[in-house]
Amino acid sequence: MGTIFTYLQYPFARYALIVGILVALCASLLGVTLVLKRFSFIGDGLSHVAFGAIAVASVLQLWLTALLRSAGVQNAAGFSGFLSWLLSLMKNTNNMVIVLPLTVLAAVLLLRTGQNTKIKGDAAIAMISVSALAGGYLLMSLFSTSANLAGDVCSTLFGSTSILTLGLSDVIFCLILSVITAALFILFYNRIFAVTFDESFAKAVGTKASAVNLLIAVMIALIIVLAMSLVGSLLVSALIIFPALSAMRVAKSFRSVTIISVILAGLSALFGVLLSILLSTPVGATIVIVELFGFGAMCLLGKAGKLS
Amino acid sequence: MSEQQKKQREPELYASDLQLGYEGRALVSHLNFTVRHGDYLCIVGENGAGKSTLMRTILGLQKPMGGEVHYGDGLSSEMIGYLPQQSDLQRDFPASVREIVLSGFQGQLGKRFFYTREMKQAVQENLARMGISDLADQSFSALSGGQKQRVMLARAVSASRRMLLLDEPVAGLDPLAQEEMYRLIRELNKDGTTIVMISHDIVSALQYATHILHVGKELFFGTVQDYHRTRIGKPHLLGEEKTKSAIRLSHPM
Repeated sequence: MGTIFTYLQYPFARYALIVGILVALCASLLGVTLVLKRFSFIGDGLSHVAFGAIAVASVLQLWLTALLRSAGVQNAAGFSGFLSWLLSLMKNTNNMVIVLPLTVLAAVLLLRTGQNTKIKGDAAIAMISVSALAGGYLLMSLFSTSANLAGDVCSTLFGSTSILTLGLSDVIFCLILSVITAALFILFYNRIFAVTFDESFAKAVGTKASAVNLLIAVMIALIIVLAMSLVGSLLVSALIIFPALSAMRVAKSFRSVTIISVILAGLSALFGVLLSILLSTPVGATIVIVELFGFGAMCLLGKAGKLS
Repeated sequence: MSEQQKKQREPELYASDLQLGYEGRALVSHLNFTVRHGDYLCIVGENGAGKSTLMRTILGLQKPMGGEVHYGDGLSSEMIGYLPQQSDLQRDFPASVREIVLSGFQGQLGKRFFYTREMKQAVQENLARMGISDLADQSFSALSGGQKQRVMLARAVSASRRMLLLDEPVAGLDPLAQEEMYRLIRELNKDGTTIVMISHDIVSALQYATHILHVGKELFFGTVQDYHRTRIGKPHLLGEEKTKSAIRLSHPM
């Protein structure tokens, strides 16, 4: 216990805790919708797209730096002025300015294909996601200047310990995205429920189901980009889906499932981050394992509830 | 409302020379019918004849290949309640009966984000109407088939009391539950809700409906009395007689 308090005196530990809990809370919001609309595969596909986008962005950053250096600094205005502005923006936002729009775009495209024909959509997503993964890795290995390529890839895939190197600006960025996601979810809660539960009825009575689906896709993209830094692209779906699956073991209504999954996600993130600091294990993996135990506990609780 | 008064009002729904189909292949052509306020129309016909397609067209979910569906008498698409064909998509969905019936009001949300107190009050009334007040906080997935359909009917009624479109509401239910659904629908109709229902059960359709629309190779639209007199009405009538004699046989006096 004492060790935890000693650690919490350092800003990096506090930041990690705040970001971890925020990300987990947001990720859990759309879990039920994702599971029940058979959108889980979109979540998985998107995280791979985001991985590819990160690779593209870091290569672009290198390329821009080289280009600007060779062009010299004689004309700071005009096109090269724009390029250097873009470069500094990318550096300041940790490449989010590239990754976020690319992932949102992919979300919209995947939703389109997924809606038309079920099986074709699945295959298309599998194709896009593995291509993004392979392309991203290829780009990184071709152009990376880092001596530790395997380490870089590993941390993008699994999140590793990057959460412990967060600065104040990352925390603020994360806070803003979480507030936007949570606000959107609360405002559109009733419509999200309606479209998730019965899309044909929703359309028949005049709800703009395709607009709601688009909103859901954009929110998933936001959440995935947000959660990537915490758990990495391979474990993102776990953060989205686990709390909802656990809550569905014990709760009967949509509202109680949502509330319970948010609570479970918050607790898992809290314990996960603390444990990872204490045991110096990778943060993302620790949180996911804590959520797995949470799922087990809820299964037992659900069984006990049925017996009584 | 007397028959005379009903005739004076313009129809709520009418189709003129409607052509329906998928991907350029017509299922039905030259479809004409009118629905007036308070009518109970049953749409009957063989499987794949285009009954569900017709219903989706009436709801505006699908464009007709030709002709048009018009709303009249002040009706608009938001005033139509819908009970879709049963699907097992929502099998494991965690939703309480109350949440589902409340979602019937989504069309009336307009620019609002949340349901009003009046809507929540109305849910209570609609549940009571369907005799399922005690199920309000139950999980939908744990209900029996008959109970689920009553929840779906309560949701449709929440969406509108003006006109209900029901796509095979009794399919797959046991006889007792079927009877109960028919009773609830008939009561809604008596209280002034226009009913448009797809049915496989022609015997019951002839028993409860005021009008019949037969979709298929041969088209028919008219009152139940007229339907009895036509040629397409005959085989079913024969069927009815057969059923009756079958019942007589199974219960020898």
